[in-house]
Amino acid sequence: MFRRLDAAATELSARTVRVTVDGAVLACREGDSLAAALLAGGSNACRDTAVSGSPRGPFCMMGVCYDCLVTIDGRANQQACMTPVREGMVVGRQSGAREVAA
Amino acid sequence: MVSATTPAVFDVVVIGGGLVGSAIAYGLRDSAEHVAVLDEGDVALRASRGNFGLVWVQSKGMGMGDYGRWTLGSTRLWPRLAAQLLELTGVDVALEQNGGMIPLLGDLEVEARVAWMQRLLAQPGMAPYPWKLLDHHEAAELVPGLGPEVTGAIWTPVDGTVNPLKLLRALHIAFDRTGIRYLPHHGVQSIAQRGGEFVLATAKAKVRARKIVLASGLHNQVLGEQVGLHLPMAPQRGQILVLERTRRLLTTPFVTLRQNDEGSWLIGDSQEDAGYADDVVTLPVLATLADRAVRTLPALKEVRVVRSWSALRVRAQDGFPVYEQSATHPGAFIATCHSGVTLAAAHALRLAPMIGEGVLARELDPFSTRRFHVQKT
Ligand SMILES: Cc1cc2nc3c(=O)[nH]c(=O)nc-3n(C[C@H](O)[C@H](O)[C@H](O)COP(=O)(O)OP(=O)(O)OC[C@H]3O[C@@H](n4cnc5c(N)ncnc54)[C@H](O)[C@@H]3O)c2cc1C
Ligand code: FES
Repeated sequence: MFRRLDAAATELSARTVRVTVDGAVLACREGDSLAAALLAGGSNACRDTAVSGSPRGPFCMMGVCYDCLVTIDGRANQQACMTPVREGMVVGRQSGAREVAA
Repeated sequence: MVSATTPAVFDVVVIGGGLVGSAIAYGLRDSAEHVAVLDEGDVALRASRGNFGLVWVQSKGMGMGDYGRWTLGSTRLWPRLAAQLLELTGVDVALEQNGGMIPLLGDLEVEARVAWMQRLLAQPGMAPYPWKLLDHHEAAELVPGLGPEVTGAIWTPVDGTVNPLKLLRALHIAFDRTGIRYLPHHGVQSIAQRGGEFVLATAKAKVRARKIVLASGLHNQVLGEQVGLHLPMAPQRGQILVLERTRRLLTTPFVTLRQNDEGSWLIGDSQEDAGYADDVVTLPVLATLADRAVRTLPALKEVRVVRSWSALRVRAQDGFPVYEQSATHPGAFIATCHSGVTLAAAHALRLAPMIGEGVLARELDPFSTRRFHVQKT
């Protein structure tokens, strides 16, 4: 489980933003990336890989590893680390590869 | 470093550990006991890490029917190579030979391409294979979501794809399993032949061999000169866009658009068929690639690009492969081509045994460098 750095304490005054993660409400800090919020909220894994189905969670936190993919407001393959939390966001665990509508 | 267990003289040393050198070295394991592959480090130009992964027939051989035949022969050997590699290394290289298509946008493209195919297959030396002009509806049966702008497609059952990175990996695992020595950071600086033996000087060691194979990609021109083989090269850049992984949708590849075994989409242009911008690297090229791909399959509008790259094609001046044994330095062979994925099976299962024997079959005569040099007497 990840814990926040003390140095970030000043940030604690930030407003709370509520998102729904797999149906449960998660209170996040305004300005957090969704990936940081998921880790701080205790979910280390947010998707299953397209190839082997093994669980993955945010790893690089900077947009290159693609291990933080989630479904946001119905859109699959969104990088949680590159997405700031927004009030009312609906987030879902992504299982496998997204589908392309043909 | 060459270790103590290394023989004083290798039977064959292959210079270059890309797809061409690796396929040949792998294929030599039955006919030579001590084989080594000398390779450069990561600084090298390496088409084998930047290609599109087609095992492709329908655009090969215009101007040289023998090349078309050699290519078709390789694709027929491919299932055997893939099965061997799976058994030996456990790596499934994801060979798919479900046929392949060239998309045609508009009547002009249809007319031009049909005429081109007829000319191609009428050449002497070509081996025939079935092909068909599919209309929009026939093509749409193979490609769910085909764009309305696609007037038709040329289809052949002989085309296919492989995962090129898995192929390179499988060949290198095969080296380990079969005792082929792979020596990276052993860029060959000079080649000398003394008393029927070659001495290859690298920055790390001098390596001795009874036979050598030049498979150093774009470096073959320089090394060739040292063994009396004059090979004019003409590198050519190619670009590729990679889109995020999605569930599998496209199982019949287009020459410029495919979805690989693990779901990534590749958009690119295959060298022979580049009717547009095939030797420049500019944003307009990527834009053109993307535009054509989206017109072919509109659903791709929603799929994100995750990276793009360009790589240099290894290519002799006229675009055809080069295979030859040096007349001045017998025992020195050269192999260069710009479709090292497609031809990997021919290199492993046909060319390598010939090198093992020490004689290239007559069938390979058209691929010698003699074609570049006008006779002066
Ligand atoms: C964008 C693009 C798309 C392509 N698409 C396809 C395709 O769809 N299908 C297909 O069949 N082909 C395709 N190709 C072509 C294919 O990738 C090449 O034909 C093939 O990779 C060439 O392999 P190679 O081993 O000759 O060259 P390289 O991969 O360049 O390998 C040469 C090796 O030699 C080594 N070397 C160089 N100099 C020395 C030295 N002095 N001593 C020791 N080692 C040395 C280098 O380290 C390197 O590892 C494509 C190429 C490009 C660029
Ligand atoms: S955590 Fe690596 S891309 Fe998001």
